[in-house]
Amino acid sequence: MGKYKTYAEINEKIRNGKAVVVTAEDMVGIVKSKGAAKAAKEVDVVTTGTFAPMCSSGAFINFGHTSPPIKASKVWLNNVPAYGGVAAVDLYLGATEPAADDPLNKVHPGAFEYGGGHVLEDLVSGKQIHLRAEGYGTDCYPKRAFEKDVTLKDLPYAVMCNPRNCYQNYNCAVNVSKKIIYTYMGALKPNLGNANYCSAGQLSPMLNDPYYRTLGLGTRIFLGGAQGFITWHGSQHRPDAARLAAGTPRTPAGTLMLMGDLKQMSPRWVMGASILGYGCSLMLGVGIPIPILDEEMALFTSVSDKDIVTQVKDYSFTRPEPICEISYAELRSGSITVEGKEIPTVPLSSYSRAKEIAEILKDWIQKGDFLLGEPQNMLPTVPRAGVK
Amino acid sequence: MHSRRLVLRFPREIVDKPIITSLVRDCNLDFNILKAQIFPRKEGMLVLELRGTSEDFDKGLRYLEEAGVQVEPVGQGIRRDEQRCCQCGACTAVCPTGALHVVRPQMEVEFETELCSACELCVKTCPVRAMIVTFDKAIA
Repeated sequence: MGKYKTYAEINEKIRNGKAVVVTAEDMVGIVKSKGAAKAAKEVDVVTTGTFAPMCSSGAFINFGHTSPPIKASKVWLNNVPAYGGVAAVDLYLGATEPAADDPLNKVHPGAFEYGGGHVLEDLVSGKQIHLRAEGYGTDCYPKRAFEKDVTLKDLPYAVMCNPRNCYQNYNCAVNVSKKIIYTYMGALKPNLGNANYCSAGQLSPMLNDPYYRTLGLGTRIFLGGAQGFITWHGSQHRPDAARLAAGTPRTPAGTLMLMGDLKQMSPRWVMGASILGYGCSLMLGVGIPIPILDEEMALFTSVSDKDIVTQVKDYSFTRPEPICEISYAELRSGSITVEGKEIPTVPLSSYSRAKEIAEILKDWIQKGDFLLGEPQNMLPTVPRAGVK
Repeated sequence: MHSRRLVLRFPREIVDKPIITSLVRDCNLDFNILKAQIFPRKEGMLVLELRGTSEDFDKGLRYLEEAGVQVEPVGQGIRRDEQRCCQCGACTAVCPTGALHVVRPQMEVEFETELCSACELCVKTCPVRAMIVTFDKAIA
């Protein structure tokens, strides 16, 4: 497979408004009708998108020095505890942290009305947040308590930093037990009552670049409505997962660590989530442009829902092994058959929002507002068939 | 046949009168009670599906109004915040009537208020709290 384009060449086309950009959904048909070789010559960038709960998200915030200064060791934002074990007025707020007075699952299933993800949404919406900090007092940081109402504008620094986003594929969750269970995959009715899944499938970023050929430190992305970056592989990144012949993993595999300026983000793409009986989270929008460097990338980005599979897994701890394998085309059809029983499928990842993100990203690139970032350090991967 | 899901509100003065009995006997309507509640100040609320001929249906509605019952369609009391709904589909796991369902292949979540039985299961299942219920708030 000969090389067709470099990042620099594609960026030159973007600057000149001449880049050909299509969404991952459109690329399925383009490669089908024209073939990968022709598609690779014609298409410069394929845009992807995903909008779903991404628990491993949060933000580093600095709230500015007080007078006299405080070493804030315990911090709350709208009564949601943040981690203060970083320097003086730095903190990390995690998306799944519930408010300090949340009743949790004391009455099961808990509602988890407000947590870290909601604080992030409120900040991004420009709402006022009550910040409270306690310090133990030192010679250099004598202040022991501090309270203030702040907005995102008032904060000197607020950077979203998510250790694990954009899971490359995820389980389809079912419940074989006799009672309903409330999981991070939603409510699962007993006796295989429903099958919940959470992936944008053919639109999902990492499923369009299964071996992470174009993903790494410095890849510029759509993050929460702003431009952000991939900074590292995410926690639990597992490139050695079982794969289909075409390269797409059959189980959860790669993950991404993402960063972006919270101040540039929009509440449409950063929404606090309450997952019944499980906890708080963040619904986050991410989109990644995949440069079509060569024929292989054209082929990868032409993957469609019928070519992507995942494992149906029991979340009641009754059956440890996956029950069966199912394609995203089947999942998106509305029902699947598991062990002879037809069960309704329930998406947790918004396909229509994923598509909207892919369209926005396409628009940014076409207008020349968004240049591709050439990765400076690639993600850990595995060798791909036929490539030395 | 005419069929509709309605929210009936009974002011405290009439909450102990056999209104539904008369509705069924005199107006020849079939009914299916979906939800019934009496609030602390004695007002009553009933969500029910009424079925009958168009003529009987209108007669029934007139009877209810004359009896002092406030009648509203279910959709007036349960609605979706279209700005907040992010079209994920989580609600469709619990909606028992299919009022909330995914339109394919667009994968958009539609809320058909006429099918809603006001069970409220979607309210806490929706991760972004886009479903808003107001019909079971007591009459002011």
